[in-house]
Amino acid sequence: MKPAPFSYAKAKSLDHAIELMARPEARLLAGGQSLIATLNMRLSAPKLLIDLNGLRDLAGIAIKNGAVEIGALTRHAEAERSADIARHAPLIALAVPHIGHPAIRNRGTLGGSIAFADPAAELPACLVALGGEVDIAGPKGKRTVQADDFFKGLFETALGAQDVLTAIRVPVATKETRVGFAEFTRRHGDYAMVGLAACAQADGKGLRDVRLAYFGVGAVPLRAKKAETKLAEGSIDDAVKVLAADLAPLDDVQATGAAKRHLAGVLLRRVARQLMEARS
Amino acid sequence: MSEQRCDITLTVNGETVVETVDARKTLVDFLRDDLVLTGSHVGCEHGVCGACTVRVDGVAVRGCLMLAVQCDGAKIETIEGVSDLGEIADLQKAFEQRNALQCGFCTPGMLLTAQELLANGKVPSREKIREQISGNYCRCTGYQAIVDAIESVAETRAGGKR
Repeated sequence: MKPAPFSYAKAKSLDHAIELMARPEARLLAGGQSLIATLNMRLSAPKLLIDLNGLRDLAGIAIKNGAVEIGALTRHAEAERSADIARHAPLIALAVPHIGHPAIRNRGTLGGSIAFADPAAELPACLVALGGEVDIAGPKGKRTVQADDFFKGLFETALGAQDVLTAIRVPVATKETRVGFAEFTRRHGDYAMVGLAACAQADGKGLRDVRLAYFGVGAVPLRAKKAETKLAEGSIDDAVKVLAADLAPLDDVQATGAAKRHLAGVLLRRVARQLMEARS
Repeated sequence: MSEQRCDITLTVNGETVVETVDARKTLVDFLRDDLVLTGSHVGCEHGVCGACTVRVDGVAVRGCLMLAVQCDGAKIETIEGVSDLGEIADLQKAFEQRNALQCGFCTPGMLLTAQELLANGKVPSREKIREQISGNYCRCTGYQAIVDAIESVAETRAGGKR
């Protein structure tokens, strides 16, 4: 239970980090709250760790052009305390207290959570539910990838071998925006057995643009598109019924697929009620 | 440019420490093995149990999920330092009086985690206390007495007001 030997380098700039990533078996170190655990267990054994923590330009929360831009190195605890997040990105504000425990949130970063892409993690699902995007810097320059295209497979993303995730961006919530979040965990702060992050726009008494992103039920955050349509049509019961066609969770160490499918329905009812409540 | 052994200078409980460490050494192993500050405990070594909790630059972190080399220039406080300063004397006394510890393995982490919650001077709900210590395992007493102890200190510090 100790890491295999590796070299350590502190990135002096974003370009320096990208340059260092050209070396064999290099990994980026941000908050380290997942990576260092896997090092300790020797589930990963990189040759070089590139520490991004000195790059404070990559941290911070800003409102720009109708979007909330969150620098990759922003720590969960910063987001949890941020008035801008609470007001303009209420789904992220709801989700962050469920990420790990206080000491984990003091170190862990939003960019790290997105880049690591744990299938049972909260933030990737939030990003998908909000239709957000991800800024990436690499050897060929900068690019932006939509959340729906970012998560490719189990712990697999659109990030290339020399890429650094620099920021995430989600639309600023409007008066019509409704959000909901709920998850089942064995202990507060653990990875979810099943979780649901959702966003919709109020339309009269109903909802439109419903986006339901489940986590813990597949390799990536999964949109429940049939249930989204039923919810927009106004029926929670019908939305729960069609979930079986949207999700086919497999058994894992946390729960059987059948239990997860049942819990997904329970979550949908809870989150649907949150979506239908007026935003305070 | 990069190396497997690195020189670090940091402050630990108010004293400057200059050491050369393996890049792969975790902060808690450094504190225990190199500085013989064995109050921080090594439990699960993957961030689940909270026994290794220490303060880095004023905030509680997992000592097993930070590398010693990352603490170059940082200010570290361990249970030894926080205890010696008397900062948590009331909390320690409440733990003892309410039997909130038996073997004591989780206690340093519990105390530092609780102290972070109480730092704002408010009296948190029992639910909030439970959430705060959700990342700290106790395998002896269960959590009731620990929550009692933290709650009573919060109330005393707030002057008995809610």
